[in-house]
Amino acid sequence: MDYFLQQTINGLQIGFVYALIALGYTMVYGVVRLINFAHGDVFMVGAFIGLYAIDRGRLPLPVVFAAAIVGCALLAVVIERVAYRPLRDAPKIAVLITAIGVSFFLEYFTSLNQVFGPNYYSFPRPFEVVSWEIGEVTVTNIQAIIFAVTLSCLVALQYVVYRTKAGKAMRAVSHDHVAAGLMGVNVNLVITFTFGLGAALAGAGGVLYGIAYPQVNTFMGFVPGLKAFTAAVLGGIGSIPGAVLGALIMGQAETMTSAYLSSTYRDGIAFLILILVLLWRPTGIMGSPRADKV
Amino acid sequence: MDALLNPYWIQIFELACVFAVSALGLNIIYGYTGLFSLGHAAFYGIGAYTAAFLMKSYGGDSQAAFLAAVLCGGAAAAAVAALIGLPTMRLTSDYLGIATLGFGVIMKVVFDNADAFLPELGGARGMTGISRMTSLPWALGFLVLSTLVVRNLVHSSYGRALTAIREDETAAGTMGIDVFRCKLAGFTVGCAFAGIAGGLYAHLYAFLHPSNFDFIKSVDVLMIVVIGGLGNMSGTLAAAFGWVFLLEGMRFLLPPDYVELRWVVIPVLLVATMLLRPQGLLGRRELPFLRGGGLQ
Repeated sequence: MDYFLQQTINGLQIGFVYALIALGYTMVYGVVRLINFAHGDVFMVGAFIGLYAIDRGRLPLPVVFAAAIVGCALLAVVIERVAYRPLRDAPKIAVLITAIGVSFFLEYFTSLNQVFGPNYYSFPRPFEVVSWEIGEVTVTNIQAIIFAVTLSCLVALQYVVYRTKAGKAMRAVSHDHVAAGLMGVNVNLVITFTFGLGAALAGAGGVLYGIAYPQVNTFMGFVPGLKAFTAAVLGGIGSIPGAVLGALIMGQAETMTSAYLSSTYRDGIAFLILILVLLWRPTGIMGSPRADKV
Repeated sequence: MDALLNPYWIQIFELACVFAVSALGLNIIYGYTGLFSLGHAAFYGIGAYTAAFLMKSYGGDSQAAFLAAVLCGGAAAAAVAALIGLPTMRLTSDYLGIATLGFGVIMKVVFDNADAFLPELGGARGMTGISRMTSLPWALGFLVLSTLVVRNLVHSSYGRALTAIREDETAAGTMGIDVFRCKLAGFTVGCAFAGIAGGLYAHLYAFLHPSNFDFIKSVDVLMIVVIGGLGNMSGTLAAAFGWVFLLEGMRFLLPPDYVELRWVVIPVLLVATMLLRPQGLLGRRELPFLRGGGLQ
């Protein structure tokens, strides 16, 4: 039982990081119906900004997060501007292939020696690791920070999406971008904003991931990106609470498989759950069905 | 001339043929039927492991056995595709893509752990001891045969039904096409080509590793099909050869210290292609012998 509780905590740790990435996927998909494959690599850039800010800059932790958040948001805005916006009216597959191209570019360009380099780099711990015994379960301050940062990001996001004018515009564009445009919403600006917002969360996620699993590499974003995207689909793509729920389920499924079966089956189980959910409820757990017009 | 015919380039040419067969399969699935599949490499892998296992266990180095093994690889991929297709063909566009992606990841896990149930498959260490059977005539022969089969298929009434489903599923159903069955058939046939290509690939490099069949490899094939132009056989063939030769050619064009730059150059070319020609390089133009007889 204690082992189970401990694994639940560990599952929450990775689940919260997935949640931060999944939110970016779900928001972008909600607004432009694009699986943004480059998102996982933006997350990787966030981790590297964190690495440089801690290792070279010796900046305090809040500044490290701010740097990663701003850096990733800027990067995503540039990507959207250069690669995705010219294809706004092109077939969907052209945009998807472009997203994959951008993803490869980010991975391989940053792995050049002149940029981040091709090796694994150890991520410095910005603080001493403290662990607390609560009952029979051990909780570290790393986990506490992950929970705190993710929860504050979620509260901030909830505020932006449901309480600000920009959020209202986002929801309007997501609902019907043509109608939103006719109502005077600057659709392009909203899309740019959505990309930036999603990337900001991924940036924070990158730093947290680096702190929790202290090894970074320019290809590290791909698999967490894929899983976070899956989590977004699992929860119902386009739904913000769904993305968080999906990510938490994904984190648990993965951790429990490693704990009780074998870590080699980890990825398989997570995707098996995804397929089962898709068959049972194609729109995901919290997604609303969308009727196709004939 | 000698430089053109050295074994290295012949092997690259054979690899391009294998890629083209696999891409022709995905072209049926995505290009003609409009089923978004992100798991093509899984079926490629099923074909590769099946053919390699059969050849290693029973085939020796007989050419007839090799033909049978490759065809068995195709059949195995088709059988799995039909099983997977039964539940998933109900899913639409992106969701089908995600489900096939998920299947691809699961198959990668299966290949990684395959030595647990069949030690010959090697699991994560890779499969060795495969005989090198894929020669230029085999590769070229399978490519020509596949091209002919695909050409005849897409210009048959079945092919027309698949295209109709791609254009508008509801309308196709209204016209009396059994949408579900046709989708399943298109998916199964397309995956059979992936399986055949896998069987050829296994006997080309005589070594298989699960990483040869991961998500990136599915994406490679998808890129070939999209760059060539969806539902365009000439484009798929051109893109498959262009892709393989570009990757290899850059080893020579780029200075030795900068070979890794090719993975920076290729995405840039890819994004540029999509920005300039979102409908694919060839769009709808087909080579004369691949055109249909009747209405275009």
